[in-house]
Amino acid sequence: MAGQSDPHPSVFSPPEVEFLAEDETVEIIPKFSLGSLHMICGDFGPFRPNIASEVPLWLAVALKERGKCDIRAPDWMSVDKLMQILEAERESPREFQPLPFHYIEISKLLFKHAHDNIQDIYMVRSLIEDIRDVRFHKVETGLQTISGRTHAVKLKNLSAMEVNIVRPFMIRTLQAFYKHDSPHIIQQPEKSGSRRPQAPDRGPRRDLRPR
Amino acid sequence: MSEPWSEEAEEDASSLAGTTDVELIKRAWRNEKAAPEILQFEGALVLRVREQIQLLEETVEESTENGSNDLVVSLYQMDLDRTLYLLRSYLRIRLQKIEKYMIHISKTNLWNRLSEQEKKFTKRCTAILEKLLEQSVLARLPYGYESFLKQSISSEEDDMVPEPQLDTFVFCKAKDAVGAFQLDDSGDEIVDLVADDLYVIRYKSIKGLVEAGQIDLV
Repeated sequence: MAGQSDPHPSVFSPPEVEFLAEDETVEIIPKFSLGSLHMICGDFGPFRPNIASEVPLWLAVALKERGKCDIRAPDWMSVDKLMQILEAERESPREFQPLPFHYIEISKLLFKHAHDNIQDIYMVRSLIEDIRDVRFHKVETGLQTISGRTHAVKLKNLSAMEVNIVRPFMIRTLQAFYKHDSPHIIQQPEKSGSRRPQAPDRGPRRDLRPR
Repeated sequence: MSEPWSEEAEEDASSLAGTTDVELIKRAWRNEKAAPEILQFEGALVLRVREQIQLLEETVEESTENGSNDLVVSLYQMDLDRTLYLLRSYLRIRLQKIEKYMIHISKTNLWNRLSEQEKKFTKRCTAILEKLLEQSVLARLPYGYESFLKQSISSEEDDMVPEPQLDTFVFCKAKDAVGAFQLDDSGDEIVDLVADDLYVIRYKSIKGLVEAGQIDLV
């Protein structure tokens, strides 16, 4: 009863994160004809050969597996765009570049099921891996700056899978500091003058300034 | 494939808000998974989802018997399976929390967040647990220590009752900008909550915002 450990320290298992990602929409080029589909999760179609249509990823993969369509790789999954993002990630050590929230899961599913629909797939794959590495390194660095005075952390543009991976570490770290470093007891000289709430356009910062 | 169900009920509830019931139950599931305490049961939503699932189940069954397009049937079956999975996960995470904190829930106003069936479950579960502990352990402890709720007679409160840790940090996103928000009682900790940005904050501080639907747990 008491002291039961949490079954999923990450809250969501990776398959659960992928399940959530599968509802993201993607464009398909149908090879078949069909009327509209009225599903619980939404209405899709009608489908006509060679006329692009937007459907959830799970549906796109199902159709692709049955040879009924091609999937159009999303714009951000091009070598050019990814190179831009990678460079920007490297140049800004304290912010994350905007990427689709489920970019990791989406790319993984597309690599698996639609590799023939992705141009320069090896390059794309390698760029995404590099981007993941750079971003994760930033998260690790950020974890080191957490102190007793950190009462909240801002993680703008972090993606779903990244959140899920870092969740147990971040929560335990914050929790430990919160318990052991109570700011009510310790004097904090830096508090003066910085009571203003953080303005949104003051350049996105990943960690809130300790107060 | 024709759709015999009436879409009016769905339209009223969800298209007014611009979100499908699937989106809503997904959000409810996420919040419930990430929150340390049990949240308000989404009775109306669960009912609507169950109706839609039932309707689709019947339609799929009919179509399979008619021998209509295999592809279409399997696609609808997938939609059905996904929705069922969401619903079940939602109900299951709540049951998990109830099993963990059943006594605490029974004794506080968290009780009002349960559905009727959950309340029945909680009562039965608590009775069984109480009986088990009494028979296997408590009856053999020395006088003054046999309480199910208190460590000993000298305890002032029910200190043997596990409580959810509201102080835990959670990841969250504000749907619309909340602006400057005070995290603690002393006013030392103020955070500017911008729409769509991700934050890691103590659950206790944003509890109210989660209940009001202004913040989603991620």
